[in-house]
Amino acid sequence: MTPASPASINAGSANGFRSASFDYTSYFFTGITGLAVALILTMLFVLLGTILANGWPSLSWRFITANPQKDFFEPASAGVLPMIVGTSVRVILMTIFVIPVGVITAIYLTEYAHASSLSTRVIRGAVNNLAGVPSIVFGLFGAGFFVHFVGKSMDGFIYGAAGTKVWGQECLLWASMTLAVMTLPVVIVATEESLRAILPGLREASLALGATKLQTIVRIVVPQALPGIMTGGILAVGRAAGEVAPILFTGAAYYMADLPKSLSNQFMDLGYHVFILSTQSPDIEKTRTTLYATVLVLLLLTFALNFVAVLIRSKIRRQMRAAH
Amino acid sequence: MGIHRGHKARPLEWVAEKLIFAISLSAILMVFLIFLFVAREAWPIFTGSMNSAAIQPVLQASDTAKLKPEVLQSYLGLTKAGFTAMDRESIQALMEVRQAAMDELPASVRSDKDANLNTVSWKYLIQPHQWTGYDKPEYIWQPISTINKYNIIPLVIGSIKASLVALAFSVPLALGAAIYVSQLARPALKEWLKPAIEMLAGIPSVVVGSFAYIFLATVLQKFLGYESRLNALLAGVALGFAIIPVVFSIAEDALTSVPRAYTQAALALGASKWKAAWQIGLPAAIPGVFAAVVLGFGRAIGETMIVLLASGNASIVSWSVFDSTRTMTATIAAEMAEAVFGGNHYRILFLIGALLFVVTFFSNLAGDLIIHRLKAKMEGKV
Amino acid sequence: MTESSSISKKFASLPDAESSNREPKALIQAVDLSLYYGATRALKNISLSIREKLVTAFIGPSGCGKTTFLRCINRMNDLIDSVRTEGQIQIAGHDINAPDVDVIELRKRVGMVFQRSNPFPKAIYENIAYGLRLHGVRDRATIDETVEKSLRGAALWDEVKDRLDSSAMGLSGGQQQRLCIARTIAIRPEIILMDEPASALDPIATAKIEELILELKSQFTIVIVTHNMQQATRISDETAFFYLGELIEFAPTGKIFTNPSRKQTEDYVTGRFG
Repeated sequence: MTPASPASINAGSANGFRSASFDYTSYFFTGITGLAVALILTMLFVLLGTILANGWPSLSWRFITANPQKDFFEPASAGVLPMIVGTSVRVILMTIFVIPVGVITAIYLTEYAHASSLSTRVIRGAVNNLAGVPSIVFGLFGAGFFVHFVGKSMDGFIYGAAGTKVWGQECLLWASMTLAVMTLPVVIVATEESLRAILPGLREASLALGATKLQTIVRIVVPQALPGIMTGGILAVGRAAGEVAPILFTGAAYYMADLPKSLSNQFMDLGYHVFILSTQSPDIEKTRTTLYATVLVLLLLTFALNFVAVLIRSKIRRQMRAAH
Repeated sequence: MGIHRGHKARPLEWVAEKLIFAISLSAILMVFLIFLFVAREAWPIFTGSMNSAAIQPVLQASDTAKLKPEVLQSYLGLTKAGFTAMDRESIQALMEVRQAAMDELPASVRSDKDANLNTVSWKYLIQPHQWTGYDKPEYIWQPISTINKYNIIPLVIGSIKASLVALAFSVPLALGAAIYVSQLARPALKEWLKPAIEMLAGIPSVVVGSFAYIFLATVLQKFLGYESRLNALLAGVALGFAIIPVVFSIAEDALTSVPRAYTQAALALGASKWKAAWQIGLPAAIPGVFAAVVLGFGRAIGETMIVLLASGNASIVSWSVFDSTRTMTATIAAEMAEAVFGGNHYRILFLIGALLFVVTFFSNLAGDLIIHRLKAKMEGKV
Repeated sequence: MTESSSISKKFASLPDAESSNREPKALIQAVDLSLYYGATRALKNISLSIREKLVTAFIGPSGCGKTTFLRCINRMNDLIDSVRTEGQIQIAGHDINAPDVDVIELRKRVGMVFQRSNPFPKAIYENIAYGLRLHGVRDRATIDETVEKSLRGAALWDEVKDRLDSSAMGLSGGQQQRLCIARTIAIRPEIILMDEPASALDPIATAKIEELILELKSQFTIVIVTHNMQQATRISDETAFFYLGELIEFAPTGKIFTNPSRKQTEDYVTGRFG
């Protein structure tokens, strides 16, 4: 290489395709953006690590299966059984309400609606909007609509003017329904995605055999979309399991001596309990381990669910890419 | 030929299609109901028909029989059904209770110059007022006090402040990560980086909140040495855990939707991966990045449990990030339980809820529109 | 024109295969048919008549409208929102677009095999049973019998008889396409439409499909769209040449390829364009 020759654009072939000058800016900014990724991952690991390190030692079978009598701030008597039960029941109920409505809406959008029609655009707009409503507003809505409007009307209808309060108060049913409204977009979007991933050839094959639209949907389309529908359900459950704001005024209780026996009972909840342990404890240092353990239980529950959903979803996406 | 058997009526198909359509409208119905029922509870505040003055006009209980039913009904704040269901004696009793309550007002309240003010009228909701004992007009949120003060400005400022801190903290991180993952990372690395970052979205906000409350607060205070342990800075950083995956996902999506041919053309001309990303990829995706920020803001301002735990919840008007802060969402969450159903406080909280709904409605609408346009443009449909 | 083979022997034993000496009569008739995608006119005044129990091939360059026309015959174009047709298609003298025609009934009578094999992601057996169940066949013995008969008819039986319960997705491309043919003939249509059924297959699998088409001709009226002109000469009795949405020429296959009457046809079949 002749050091003194003027830099030429085609110097590359002369120096064996080595870079003419070291491109500092590119390396610098690649480093900076990489650092952003590293920082985010660090945040994730610090959060999970702290919880795991502090929560794991106090996580015991007794803790998970104990029904705390009165003093759940005291590590010796603390337990989360009623919260696990309450959270599970409200989430299962929610799934029962949200899956049929979400799946049917997605079926309408992919199988029946014209892509550019007014109804499609308005439904899509509503779904997007619903996904962005703050969770605390769902809580207000649940209190104003389900508890005070639907519930009280039901009481008036069933028990007359006697003023009996059964449904017109915070309870499992209304908390689940509020969560169902909140997670509706999750189920719709996931189901739609999996419906669109089905090869159009399968629908055509069925129709060409003389199947009606409904037969094609029920016998070919929905069975094919089942993994996607399940993913939607799991994502909804993962989202709802840890939500506290929507159930604050629709059903969650600070303390209940017994497990809920009916849909019209209030319930204790894992997420709400985490909040209570954080803010209401008379001695936060003493409660700390219990708090971390409770958080760990909640995290394990929601994370496991989300993880499964992410796996199924990425598998479906890969299939979809391979198919098209 | 069999086809000419005539058109077969298929009632099942018809009913199913109509039913499917009807059910698919539920999303629209829900949005409508949410707005209707939140706004309904807030409506009397809107129209100014509530009166929260500490000193209410008193009708003499002894005059009950002489008063018209309509006057009685509105004076006692009863619904028509509730009023007709009551017998004469209960009404008489109510009148006496009401009169006794007014008679028992402490002299200090009686003499307070603010006792006659309707503090839920718009003037006192958004304008500063010089309350008794203050030496200048101030914005005060003090819903449970001798004179209840419902000025929402401190809460609005609190929400905006926390959200801005959250954006300032999370947008650079999320955007940098989006550029790295979508443009610079090797495909194998991308395959697990994306789900890993999106995993943040799966952490319940109450978990992030309590983590900030008991762990992060102490760490940050030790490092920065500020006075109030829970404050807007902590709330903003904690909100970042919730906002980063949102901004990251949308920005990464927008960057990925830029046709590969664009950046590959630049690479073929000898640009480095970074230059192709910075000069070609990012400019093409800039509306998507903007949408990501708008949607991130919508998410931040609507987040409840994180700010409830991390912000300190003092309703002071201050733009300092080191001051304790009370947001709109946290106010609803903290105070709803003690607000009397149908009362002034209750309705104000719903008013704040309606405000949140409207703000997030428009930020989501704007974000979605931008993304929609961008996608159409990338697919060459404009 | 046909060679006897093991397949034909099996198939000859089927009940309604007694059509040897015949004077084919017109079964499908298009009268001045035009089709629009939105404002674009994709088919222009097509008139032709396709005769019973013959193989009719549609040839022409890509985008000439041959597949679009094929999909008019079982009204698969109904599935596309912006499509509008003018003129008529008659099957056995009945206008298939008439308001009193039931499209489900029509598709039962007019089967279709697609370009990309599209077996249902179910068991091989279930793929064939699907159509039968749709049309109300519930009896297990009848279904078993028809599955076997159809698979034999599609020359697939020997290859899959031991694994009827395994997924159809495990079959090779050629086998999948023959399964789709078996699925179609299981519901005994009168007409089978084939949209480039061998275009994605290797030469050996293609040869099998062609052989099969020749066998099926004794019982079904077959209309096939093909890109492959050798294929058209090998299997079809009559050939229609489409170009830019118009029917240029329709004549016996031998005439089209040896002595076309239109210049465009000659250019195309001799490979000067397309």
